[in-house]
Amino acid sequence: MHVREAGGSAGPRRPVAEDIRIPVESDSDIVAARHRGRMLAEQLGFGKTDQTLIATAISELARNIVLYASRGEIVLRQETNGESSAVTVIARDAGPGILSVEQAMREGFSTSRSLGLGLPGVRRLMDDFEIISRVGHGTTVTAKKWHRS
Amino acid sequence: MKVPILEQGPFLIATVLSALEDDELLELRTAVVERVGRCRSRGVIFDLTALDVMDSFACRTLRDIATMIRLRGARTVIVGVQPEVAFAMVQLGLTLDNVETALDLEEGLACMSAKPAAAPGHGGP
Repeated sequence: MHVREAGGSAGPRRPVAEDIRIPVESDSDIVAARHRGRMLAEQLGFGKTDQTLIATAISELARNIVLYASRGEIVLRQETNGESSAVTVIARDAGPGILSVEQAMREGFSTSRSLGLGLPGVRRLMDDFEIISRVGHGTTVTAKKWHRS
Repeated sequence: MKVPILEQGPFLIATVLSALEDDELLELRTAVVERVGRCRSRGVIFDLTALDVMDSFACRTLRDIATMIRLRGARTVIVGVQPEVAFAMVQLGLTLDNVETALDLEEGLACMSAKPAAAPGHGGP
């Protein structure tokens, strides 16, 4: 299954630095991942509100990894496109995958009692959102937030 | 401990000093619910001024703690939710329904002192 929602500009992208990779397999990694994300957003000039939105999205995505896949990684990528810069959060795992991405993207859907809203909420926090999941192979969520200077 | 719990007259004040891991939130739940009985507290104020991220787990745990405190016969007021945290919570769809809130510790104490324990909400979710 494949759901794509691209809201930002689709021009050529230019990575400006190496990816930051944070292994995620425990609760403490969730806090570490969102802390790194906030730091990166701050370096790129994002305001405090956007920093908080990005950190919150990372927290939700990292929690999904710990809950559903046990382990995986959060990759933080920065890029610039003319006047704009962006933070991309990639949450990747080789867990069981999502049976129905459409269902998982529906408001209020959760397969775990401990997860409030999950993916639809993360999509609202960020500008671009993409999820690719294959049952038995894992899930990759890519969420991007643009900063226009 | 990342969340010191102080006694202030008939109330407890739990101050979150930094980002909390899940285990620490659950420890806080146990500690507060126990202290309410030991101190015979009438209310608990959670000061979240230093909390920079409220995700679905933290929000749900706080709602659970507030419900448990109510079951123990005391009230809960949450204070200090930062504007950007409030914004992220709304975007994410998180609410603190049935939990009283106040701007800061001063307002929270005023809120606690002003009226006797009234059951907030009507039946709850």
